[in-house]
Amino acid sequence: MKILVAIKQVPSRDSQLSIGASGRWIDTTDLTSEINEPDAYALEEALQIRDRLGGEVVALCAGPASASQTIREALAKGADRAVHIEEEDLARFDLPGVARLLAAACRAEQPDLILTGLQSDDFGYGQTGVILAELLGIPHATIIMQVEKTGSGIRVKRELEDGWFQWIELPLPALLTIQSGINKLRYATLMGIKRAKTKEVRKLTAAELGVGGPRALELERLYAPHRGKQTVMIEGAPREQAAKLIGILKHEVRAL
Amino acid sequence: MSTLVIFERGRAMSWEAVAAGQQLGGPVSAAVIGGEGGLAGKKLDRVFKIRHPLLDRYTADGYTAAFEQLIEKLRPSLVLMPHTYQVRDFAPKLATRLGRVLVSDVIRIARSGERTVFVRQMFQGKLNADYVVTDSPPWFASLQAGAWRADQVEAGTAPVEIFEPVIAEGAIRARPGEPFRESERAVDLTAADFIVSVGRGIKERENIALVEELARALGAELAASRPICDNGWLPMERQVGSSGQTVSPKVYLAVGISGAIQHLVGMKGSKTVVAINKDANAPIFEVADYGVVGDLFEVVPALIEEAKKVR
Repeated sequence: MKILVAIKQVPSRDSQLSIGASGRWIDTTDLTSEINEPDAYALEEALQIRDRLGGEVVALCAGPASASQTIREALAKGADRAVHIEEEDLARFDLPGVARLLAAACRAEQPDLILTGLQSDDFGYGQTGVILAELLGIPHATIIMQVEKTGSGIRVKRELEDGWFQWIELPLPALLTIQSGINKLRYATLMGIKRAKTKEVRKLTAAELGVGGPRALELERLYAPHRGKQTVMIEGAPREQAAKLIGILKHEVRAL
Repeated sequence: MSTLVIFERGRAMSWEAVAAGQQLGGPVSAAVIGGEGGLAGKKLDRVFKIRHPLLDRYTADGYTAAFEQLIEKLRPSLVLMPHTYQVRDFAPKLATRLGRVLVSDVIRIARSGERTVFVRQMFQGKLNADYVVTDSPPWFASLQAGAWRADQVEAGTAPVEIFEPVIAEGAIRARPGEPFRESERAVDLTAADFIVSVGRGIKERENIALVEELARALGAELAASRPICDNGWLPMERQVGSSGQTVSPKVYLAVGISGAIQHLVGMKGSKTVVAINKDANAPIFEVADYGVVGDLFEVVPALIEEAKKVR
């Protein structure tokens, strides 16, 4: 089975974010990056399916040159090769634009299965995978917690809300968006890191893929949210904070 | 501006989308697959009951085909939907099919004259962003749970029409099974008065015991955010959030939980929210009544000690 996994590099989860000079994006100076967490689970699932059934895992990533860090990690964990759509300013593309970039790269690869995380930690649209499937004309299923091969296709466990699930059968090729927690993430081994250096990373550009055109969605302004609730901040050393909080819970909230 | 609300039956969030549509002004219609679900008694232009045997069980292919045909017929300027898992599954496909873009997980819609701004959260709720759609209508937006109020839906009477889309058997590629629950829940968090909930900030499995001890000292039920259950550090049945349980206890004490929206929708109905987090900018403080910025590994042991004194 040839599996393509679409991954994205995002600011590290613990980053302190500030608004950049344009007012439309964050200040990326000194910001560390990491793989988008749901994509890490998608990558792991792809590797596990390949390890069970054989085949190949191709990591696909659109992003600036610095995204090669995330691509190298994917290769070190076991992806066989990678495709990097190198684009310094991915913000030139709106959500459908990014999906068109990925779709063009997918068409050249003709995978049996495409996996990606259910949403990104930066934009959080939760749409790229579904749009990609529609552009490619293949079926999809979202928020997947288990993947099994059947005779002619796959059987996947889709998470519904409030603790409900559902099994769905799909023909191949198909696209799945993977839920965090579907598997246990592996670490890259020393051997894996060494091997990654020799693995192929094919670089493509938006121009080569023939993707451009006007945007339909404009991010006009990025800003810190207005605090809806007046939060009483409990100050002091940890011991004082603890004593004050217990006092509040006992006397004001009357919960103790 | 004419609005079409795609109503998902059995979901309170669908009423929030109806309220959002009504508050924008202009004629609002609603479309629902299956029975009209109470829409006929609301102030709506028209209600469309969509009927087709291939829509009995949800599939992205079936729903996309049905709504595509209805939207082509009605040509609304705006299509609103609740941001449910089902909508997340088909709405991006529907918008793409119609050559449009969906603005997903919207928390506010601001209109002034011809200008419409969609506000959505970014970076796990740490920042907000204003979006405008530069495409021609119809525009598509899915609305975040709790961003509008279901109890503000205006009552009235609405004519109900049947809409029968044309769907070919072969157009539906997925074969969906019956929805099921993994196991009956042994832990009913919804009944708890006091919940102590733990998140990523706890760092290691071994440290869960610390929060467990705090819950015991406070006489509280122990819960967790998704990553903790994903890691298997606590069972899934203790998870609070969109994929877990929705709780509204008297006190919700969040320990090391940053407050991603998926978690907040499961607990923001709590009467009093207390948050302990090392990051003063964590979104959890947006919904907290009381906040403690500090190292949980220092604050929690001190809390346990203080709690033991008073209980």
